[in-house]
Formats: sequence, structure tokens, C-alpha cells
Amino acid sequence: MIQRAAYAFGDATVIAKRNVIKIKRVPEVLVFVLLSPIMFVLLFAYVFGDSIQVPGGDYREFLIAGIFVQTVLFGSTFTGAGLADDMQKGIINRFRSLPMSRSAVLAGRTSSDIIYNLLSLAIMSLTGLIVGWRIRDSILEAVAAFALLLLFAYAFSWVMASVGLMIPSVEVINNATFMILFPLTFLANTFVPTENLPSGVRTFAEWNPVSSAAQAVRELFGNIPPDAPEPTAWSLQHPTLYTLLWIAAIIAVFAPLSVRQYKRATSR
Amino acid sequence: MSDVIEASGLTKRYGQVVALDGLDLTVPEATVLGLLGPNGAGKTTAVSILATLLQPDAGAATVAGFDVCRAAEQVRKQIGLSGQYAAVDEHLTGFENLDMIGRLYRLGRRRARDRARELLERFGLADAADRPVKTYSGGMRRRLDLAGALVAEPRVLFLDEPTTGLDPRSRTELWGVIRELVGRGATLLLTTQYLEEADQLADDILVIDHGRAIAHGTADELKRDVGGERIHVAVCSQEEVPVAREVLARFATAEIHVDIGSRELIAPIRGGAQVLTQALRALDDRHVALNDVGLRRPTLDEVFLALTGRTAEEQEHDRAAPDATEREEVA
Repeated sequence: MIQRAAYAFGDATVIAKRNVIKIKRVPEVLVFVLLSPIMFVLLFAYVFGDSIQVPGGDYREFLIAGIFVQTVLFGSTFTGAGLADDMQKGIINRFRSLPMSRSAVLAGRTSSDIIYNLLSLAIMSLTGLIVGWRIRDSILEAVAAFALLLLFAYAFSWVMASVGLMIPSVEVINNATFMILFPLTFLANTFVPTENLPSGVRTFAEWNPVSSAAQAVRELFGNIPPDAPEPTAWSLQHPTLYTLLWIAAIIAVFAPLSVRQYKRATSR
Repeated sequence: MSDVIEASGLTKRYGQVVALDGLDLTVPEATVLGLLGPNGAGKTTAVSILATLLQPDAGAATVAGFDVCRAAEQVRKQIGLSGQYAAVDEHLTGFENLDMIGRLYRLGRRRARDRARELLERFGLADAADRPVKTYSGGMRRRLDLAGALVAEPRVLFLDEPTTGLDPRSRTELWGVIRELVGRGATLLLTTQYLEEADQLADDILVIDHGRAIAHGTADELKRDVGGERIHVAVCSQEEVPVAREVLARFATAEIHVDIGSRELIAPIRGGAQVLTQALRALDDRHVALNDVGLRRPTLDEVFLALTGRTAEEQEHDRAAPDATEREEVA
């Protein structure tokens, strides 16, 4: 049992190392990963910022956490696209013919994709600081906020792994995930407070884990002004706990599901 | 000699499409079985099942004594697979690709590295070892892919259309590599739609079509079954054509095909080289000057036509098959 786990860990490390080499060899991908959050920060801060009302009145302070969540969520698309690409090119077949652990390709992929998110969080934090966002609570809470973002992204990586194995086409994946993730990040308190949303959408937004993640990160960074109204939904009253529950549930469902898919995956 | 690969009644359906329809096959130790058939005949499906990538709907198979469904993990330790589409990572270097595979076979850090260098050397890729595979030619990628299958020195090798899409030179090169492997005692199952390739590399050929075996034997046996050896003669001048025709008519078992323009005659015979010798003597007696002469046996293309009523090309017009003409030169 321990032997097996050690093998699985070793195999996953080999796969993760391979993916890291690829990040280095194809730096173009990184450029887009890093530029799109900058674009979002600037677009919302300077174009829509003045017309969106938030409690406390500082929209940029409110916005950054939302962009953080949106970006790491979209970052999970890489997991799906990467696996779809490996399927298409027959690399998954090669891996599946090897006496390696059945979970290693997925575990390695989801782990190495954290690097994209780490980098984009770093760039976004810098951009945020430039436009006036600040970490107002302790460093420890800030670290917790970043850790929560990475965990959230990691959980969605497993969802995308499952999608990537189901639809082995990079183009379709990119379009399909866009169609799912875009509404998910907009029907939330990422860019506007849930109070501003119409009532049906509002309930969805309040219980949307994207909202709770953004709320949790705002709390941890100290970006919620003291005079902001207390949220009415339980999910937003306990955003960190609620987000962690989602993360656990997503991993518990999608990790075994995608390993099962991997065992049966054939590209042709 | 024991059978290293054994399959019986393999069946696989994809919805309405029957990919495999009760396929049986055996490959004795240290021999090569050529699985020959057109596109969509079920070759890749068969290899996928034997290499544990796919579960059959019915039937059973063992590789190196292990059941491919119940002991898949054991099977994987015994096999090397090289696919139709070069399954190497193009962003990694040749060395990194092989090193990674070695690590995944759990050879250990040191052994994986040594083995990678060794194989790159052997496959003539040492100079390109530290370049990303992206920069490799098609032939180099295939060699690397094949090297990947050999990392753990497996007892059993599956090569799924190893030369599809390669230019003739790279193909000949790869054939050399494969022959060398077999010389070292590997058991090999090779799929191909190139009739010449099966003839060149396989001890035994299984022709499959629509997921079923339709013929089995050595290349020679298959050709003999279809029958019809022919004497092929090219004379020096056109005046000699009628004389040659008259002589050959004494040996021919059926109508002689004559091409006046190229001064060529093709006479179906029975009796092989012996009859050819007699025919040559008879031609010489009449002082017919010959440009070229040979005993021509049917190509595997013709075998396929005789077996299925279609030529292999009719099924794969989008792929160029190599020139499949074979002749045994006696002159």
C-alpha cells in the first residue's frame, strides 16, 4: 500500500516535471496567461469602475479579489487543454501502455498547473497594487487567501481534467469551458456585489462558490469596508468554510471520476 | 516454441460498427506476426486490446502468459508499444522523452539516463539528443518513438503501422532497425497496410478485413494460395515478339499477355524456376535476344484482391503505398 503510494507519487513527479519543461519551452502560453488578468484589472478598474456601485465606494479594492478568483478559475482550463492535447497526440496511449500508476498523469498535470496560477497571482497582485489595491490585514491572512485561491483552482483543475479526457480536442475544450466558466464567474459577486443583482440571479450568485471564494479572499485581504452590510446568505457569512466544502466535494467527485475516465481513455 | 501472444475470439464493437469480429491470433516466441489489412480493418483495435489500452467486448488474450484484462499491470511490464502516430512529446528533447519513459518504467534515475543515451546512440539520434523533438524529421520521430518502446527491453513489442506516412528512405531505414530487433529475439506484432512491409519483416502474415482474419500464412504461402506464377520476358526487338510468344505458349497455363510497345510478355505458368529454365533454353534455341527476364509471383496486392475482391489501394487511396512489385531475378 505504502509502496504503491510512493510509486504513484514518484510517477506524478516525473509527469509534473515534464509539464514544467513544457512551460519553459513554450513561453508564448505564459505571456497570454499573464496578460489577460492585467487586461481585466485595467478594463474593469478604468472603464466600468465608475459606473459600478459598491459598499464603501472603492471599486478597485472590491474588484481585485474577484479578478483573482476569475483568473485562477480560467487557469484550470489549461489542465483540460493539456490533457486533450496529450490525448490527441497519442501520448496518453503511450503512458497507458506503461506499468506506471493510473493516477499519475492526472495528479502530475493538476499539480504542475498550479505553477500557472502562482505566476498569474503574482502578476495580478502587482497590477492590483499599482491601481490602488492593498493587503490590509496580516501577512498570515494574505497567505491564507492565496492558498485558498490555489486550492480552489486545483479543485477546478480536476473538473477540467475530466472534461479534457471526455472531449479530446483543445479547440472544443477552450470554447466549452469558456461557455461554462464565463457565466459562472459573472453570476457571482466577482465584479458587482450580489445586492446589485436581480433576485433570481442573486440567490444563485449568493450560493455560487465563485462568490464565496471572492468573499473569503476579500475578508482575508481586509478589502471589505467596515460599513459594508452583513451578507444575508449563510454561504457568504462563512465564505472560507463554504468554499473549502466545495473544494473538498469537487475533488472527492472529480478526482476518482477522471482517473476512471483515464483508465478507459483511448484516443481513437 | 511457446506462444507469447495468444488471442481468441476478440470482439469489439463501437455502436453499430464492428471493429473486431472474433479475431484469433498467436505469435510464437521470437517471431514476427504481420497483421495486414486496409484502413479500418481492425488492426489498431487488436493492438490496443493486446496492449491493455482497450477492453474487448468478448474473447480473451494473453501476452507473455498474463491475461490482458485480469493482469493488465503484469502485461504492461512485458510490452513495448509504438503507435501509428508518433507518441513522443515534441516540446521535450529526445533525451528527455526517453529518460521520462525510463523513469515511468521505474528503472531508477541512473539507469533511465544511461538507457536513454544508449538508445539515442543506437538509433542514430545522439547528435539530436538535446534538441526538442519539434525539430526532428518524420523519420527521426518514428525512430525515437520506437526507441521509447524499447526502453525497458520488453519481451513483446507492438508496432502499429510503424512506417505509415514515411518517405521510402526513412521506411527502409526503419525496416533495418526492426530487423535488428527481431534478430535479438524480440517477439513482435506488427500492423501494416503496406503489403511489401509485411513481406519484408513478418515470419507469418495474418490478413484481416472487417475485423476478421481472411487469410493466414507466410508471404510465400499466401502467394501460392492465390496461385499463378508468371514468366516475365522483355525481348530486344519487336520482330522477336511473335517468336517469343510462340515459344512461351508451350509453357503457359493461360493466355499470354503481350505488350508490343514495351516488347514485354507475361506468361502464366506452373512449375516455378524449373519451367522458367526450360523456357529460357527454348527461347535461346530460337535465338531470341532477351533484355530482361524473371519469374514473377503475385504481389501481396494481388493476394489481397483475390481474397477480398478489392485491392488494398481501393481502401486507402489517400495513402501512397510503396511500389509493391516483387520479382525473383534469375537472369
